[in-house]
Amino acid sequence: MSPELILFLVLSLVAIAAAIGMLISPNPVYSALFLVINFSTVAVFYLILGAPFIAMAQITIYAGAIMVLFLFVIMLLGAEKLAPGKVLPYQKPLAIGLAIVLMVESVYAVLARNPSDAEIIVPTEAANSIDAMRDLGIMLFSDYLLPFEVTSILLLVAMIGAIVLTKRAKGEQE
Amino acid sequence: MIPLSWYLILSAALFSIGLFGVMARRNAIAILLGIELMFNAVNINLVAFWRYLDPTIMNGQVFAIIVFAVAAAEVAVGLALVISVYRNRKTVVVDDLDLLKW
Amino acid sequence: MPPINFNDIEVLLPLIILVIWACLLLLVDLFIPKKHKWLTALLAAFGLALTLGFTLSQLGSESNGFCATGKPSICMVVLDGFSVLVNALLLLTGLLGVALAYGYLKRMGIERGEYYTLMLFSISGMMLMAQASDLIIVFLALELLSLPLYVLSAFARSNSDSQEAGLKYFLLGAFSSGFILYGIALVYGATGSTSLSQIFEIASVGTSSLLLTIGAALILVGLGFKVAAVPFHMWTPDVYQGAPTPVTAFMTAGAKIAGFAALLRVFGSAFPNLSEDITPILWALSAATMIVGNLLAIAQTNIKRMLAYSSIAHTGYILMAFVPYGNPEVAPVSIAAGLFYLFAYTITNFGAWGVVIALEQKESKGLQISDYAGLRRKYPVLAGAMTVFMFSLIGFPPTLGMVGKFYLFRAVLSGGYTGLAIIGVVTSLVSAFYYLRVVVNMYMFAGEPKTDNEFWLRFTIAGAALVTVVFSLVPQGLFAWASRAVLKLF
Repeated sequence: MSPELILFLVLSLVAIAAAIGMLISPNPVYSALFLVINFSTVAVFYLILGAPFIAMAQITIYAGAIMVLFLFVIMLLGAEKLAPGKVLPYQKPLAIGLAIVLMVESVYAVLARNPSDAEIIVPTEAANSIDAMRDLGIMLFSDYLLPFEVTSILLLVAMIGAIVLTKRAKGEQE
Repeated sequence: MIPLSWYLILSAALFSIGLFGVMARRNAIAILLGIELMFNAVNINLVAFWRYLDPTIMNGQVFAIIVFAVAAAEVAVGLALVISVYRNRKTVVVDDLDLLKW
Repeated sequence: MPPINFNDIEVLLPLIILVIWACLLLLVDLFIPKKHKWLTALLAAFGLALTLGFTLSQLGSESNGFCATGKPSICMVVLDGFSVLVNALLLLTGLLGVALAYGYLKRMGIERGEYYTLMLFSISGMMLMAQASDLIIVFLALELLSLPLYVLSAFARSNSDSQEAGLKYFLLGAFSSGFILYGIALVYGATGSTSLSQIFEIASVGTSSLLLTIGAALILVGLGFKVAAVPFHMWTPDVYQGAPTPVTAFMTAGAKIAGFAALLRVFGSAFPNLSEDITPILWALSAATMIVGNLLAIAQTNIKRMLAYSSIAHTGYILMAFVPYGNPEVAPVSIAAGLFYLFAYTITNFGAWGVVIALEQKESKGLQISDYAGLRRKYPVLAGAMTVFMFSLIGFPPTLGMVGKFYLFRAVLSGGYTGLAIIGVVTSLVSAFYYLRVVVNMYMFAGEPKTDNEFWLRFTIAGAALVTVVFSLVPQGLFAWASRAVLKLF
């Protein structure tokens, strides 16, 4: 087994264990922290895949900004008050069933693919270089200019929305 | 080199765990965490496909970056909604939010 | 730096104008004092009308925009007859939405200028959806139209029903976005591209791959959530009931039109080869949606909830038009019928919700069907208009609903889907039961309904009723426009 393979297997186990930890821990703070672990291991996957920029973005945006926002809100509302809530009797088995169906279906789809194109090996150096990063930037501002602009409008809308929902007008009661 | 299918299976596993989290929990914040996991699983797929299909065409990576931005926007609105519900009802356990009720 | 491509701007001109207008409106609204928010509403309506003008000036032109460098066939957006027609319909929806909202917001004490800004942003997302020719744009447009709707659903801050509706809508919307995204990723993996035309080319060459089919199915599930098709409808009644009524009216029409546009763009232009697998799924979705929507509507006593189930049922009728999408001989007629039905539904729906808004009082009072008792004696015009809308929703002549259903069932029959047409007719007959209950309440029972005199609301209701009747007598022009619009797609 190559070291890369061993790294992949260990990280996968950590990622899945962290995801399950997020799922079963009753305290939302722990859930969020488990998810941070998961996001960080995923960032390492991006590095193995030769996408350093995505890995950085994963750490700063996901594990950093988004999860900190989550923790902030959980703390703000008081973690102990976020009780898990009553779960319907049929909710869990049905959820497990659906999740397993989806899982089996996607694994089957992956394995049923033409085996030859699952094994394509590409040189790692080409993707790791600075050129690839520059290509990404150029692509983002040429061919993908419109999605980029729409994303900026989306962020503006999210900002307006968040302010509309939480800002109190003068004289409005708490 | 790790086969592509391993990445896809990992991504499918994380997506399914996220899906389970969304459907089995009734705490709005926990549900939102599950949704984040689902988005994240999709990103693994996108980057893995980019790497194994044709790494000279960057569209998979560009898509992944856009997914980051969309996820951030969704979380901002989602948490604002959670706060605003909490102000009114002093709880974020969404009663009758039975995702499986039909 | 590459020079600005004016063709790109031309293709998206109405959308760009609307987005800029929305941003300006956000700023201008800061300087409009609380007492004069009618000015914000007026400016929003003016922006929509202006955009409508620019949209109509695009009639007949066809072009692609934001294409990849060196590859003019791979483009982000497209301008064609279909997009112009759908955009015009969406802008009409927006105008009606503003007209219904103004008086209501004031009466309920939740009047704030951001309402109109968010609405304009939502419409721009819907318009982008109609023009999308890349899965990335489809996804972004979906988010752009949904995010403002989540916020608008929770717009009544003191009302915990509205808050919960917003949260519920958000959680299910984000959940379904996850499905769509996963589907898009699989499609990208199967074809190496997100451009709809590229996907079509690659998919039509090789043997159909399972990855592609599952990707398409996941996208269908996600869109099914967004348009509230059974079995993905469970969020609908609570959200439609909890959200402020004008928002509900806007959602039921606008989100449906945009969802239908997305279905047509994605499945019509990228996956016609998958129709063997997708058509049976669509058939089942459509049948289940018609049956469940209509049956559950019978038991409702709250008019908002009843109209919510009615809107689910109508999703089923509209999906019906989409079932033969892979058959190039039937599809154009059937899609044109679907577009006509969308128009009929939009007008009727806004009228019906307008009457609901007219009778709604503070603290969710006046929303029971029994509150409509005695409406004929006190407000005969309002009762008459409501009768027209109810008849149109059932499909009685002489209303737009009848003409829409006629075109729809004819197209479905010519496609050989007799079973589906029979289900459609039978469920329409069933629906007469609960729609007529409202009419019976208005005409047969005594009561004291209350309503305020709001000019724009009355104007919209009367206009919608008039259009519902008059256009049903001369529907050919509109249907011909719809037919021309979809002709080039197949």
